Amino acid sequence: MTAQPSTTKLSKSSGRTSRLPALLLLLPALGYLILTTQVPFIMTIYYSLFRYSLVDPFRRPFIGLENYLTLFTDPQSVPVLVNTLVLVLSVIAITVVFGAALALLFNRKFFGRNLARTLLIGPFFVMPVVTALIWKNSLLNPVFGLFGVVSRAFGVTAIDWLAQFPMLSIIMMVTWEWTPFAMLILLTSLQSLPIDQLEAARLDGVNNVQEFWYIILPHWTRAFEVVVLLEAIFILQIYGEIYIATSGGPGTATTNLPFFIFQKAFGEYSIGMASAAGVIAVILANIVTALFLRLVNRNVNVKEVK
Amino acid sequence: MMTAARRSSPQKPPSHPWRMFQNVSLGLLAWLIALAFFFPILWMIFSAFKTEDQAFATPPIIFFQPIFDNFVKAFAKYGHALLNSLLVAFGSTILSFVLGLPAAFSMVFYPTKRSRGTLLWFVSTKMMPPVGVIVPLYLIFKDLHLLDTVWGLTLMYTTMNMPLVIWMMHSYISEIPSEILEAAKVDGASLMQEFFNIAMPLATPGIASTALLCLIFAWNEAFFALNLTNVDAAPLSVYISAFKTSEGLFWAGLSAAATLVILPVMAFGWSAQRQLIQGLTMGAVK
Repeated sequence: MTAQPSTTKLSKSSGRTSRLPALLLLLPALGYLILTTQVPFIMTIYYSLFRYSLVDPFRRPFIGLENYLTLFTDPQSVPVLVNTLVLVLSVIAITVVFGAALALLFNRKFFGRNLARTLLIGPFFVMPVVTALIWKNSLLNPVFGLFGVVSRAFGVTAIDWLAQFPMLSIIMMVTWEWTPFAMLILLTSLQSLPIDQLEAARLDGVNNVQEFWYIILPHWTRAFEVVVLLEAIFILQIYGEIYIATSGGPGTATTNLPFFIFQKAFGEYSIGMASAAGVIAVILANIVTALFLRLVNRNVNVKEVK
Repeated sequence: MMTAARRSSPQKPPSHPWRMFQNVSLGLLAWLIALAFFFPILWMIFSAFKTEDQAFATPPIIFFQPIFDNFVKAFAKYGHALLNSLLVAFGSTILSFVLGLPAAFSMVFYPTKRSRGTLLWFVSTKMMPPVGVIVPLYLIFKDLHLLDTVWGLTLMYTTMNMPLVIWMMHSYISEIPSEILEAAKVDGASLMQEFFNIAMPLATPGIASTALLCLIFAWNEAFFALNLTNVDAAPLSVYISAFKTSEGLFWAGLSAAATLVILPVMAFGWSAQRQLIQGLTMGAVK
């Protein structure tokens, strides 16, 4: 009867007896999320296999993968997939480059740096539908928008941005929102760069370009991964900006997957088609999420069971 | 002296006039860019103090007599939406904690082989695009008479925020040293004692900042709000969206409303930048 074995025995047995209450604490959260995410998603998959319209809800023939086939071949829906990817990829490319440059700039000491950084990240907190209204009304409007006013001041005819360059306008808006995010993450990462590493490099006579190329860029690898994956996840879901600024138009010029699903489901009441597009959106998001979870997994602190 | 200066700043000391010039001009550049980014917001706040005629005058009016009518009107008109937004944001945040905090506690104090997988699954539900579930949800909500109700929207925002609560609370409660955990078990601490005496003190500092994040997300959300509410339960994002076709006719009034809507979030966001990054990146960037 030594103390040592009895305590391990006790801790083990107490772990076993309290497994039930522990499970009871976990189950509500688990059940809630299964009920509100997994169950509806399975229903989405199910609906996507039918020609199902709310106009005639009682006649819904099973059509297999026809909705998907239409999605990938119909001249009306192919641009939607292209638009979705164009928006995601171009915003990521621009915000990563801008964000990196700004992170380097804001890692330097200068007068009022904190205030300047605070102003810079402001756009990230603005409600997306307000962002769209600001851009649509006070910047891009050809009559009284500031872009038009400035171009007229230089004797150039004002551009009707949302009509002539709709996708570019949306990209500008979303870039304005997400550049501060990229910058904040890259700056956070930069501030964790060990200073002695930089000092040692400088003592070896490393110049700024070499320092950037051989020290900062490799250090940023992980931060770049995080920025790219998170922006991909969130920009795949962009909806409010498009709803307000262009309603997906002109034509389908700015219709992305979420807006397309909204139009199909609540404009045309074609539940089957909207569901198929929803499944595609989830598959796209899951690819990115899987990559992101691999990053997160390295940092998870879960105590293993002994 | 020199080494001290170097250690505190990664920059080389400005020994040379050229380098000093470089530093000053890069600082100015940073300020210029920051002001350019903030300008659209500032311009909107300006417009909120103008009359409707002034707000869309060309060329734009820079000097004007500020008026407060727009704010008074905004408050009167947006009261109902404001109430909805507050109810939904606070309601979903509270519900997220009620469900999420025990789950996080359970995974730290009673880990199993599946805990890691379960935690990552929780995180993955945060990444699920709402468009993947909106169609069945709409139909279910219609059957259950949850469409255009504060309750219905609260339920969906709970779905949106609970994974974040679980993740953040898990990382705070995990800070507990294994020895304390073991000691508590050996002493035969009850589940309640473990939760309230050990886990809660660790979780408390994180609760405020996590709740702040949840409130911001719920406040700014538009997709569920636009598709699941209409009039009765419409939060601010839906009310603001109703202006999308007015083409600037009510720009001053809208600016006042929008200013009131974004200012609290910006104030919160500015005060919790670090937690925001932690919450958004799920701790993937330190």
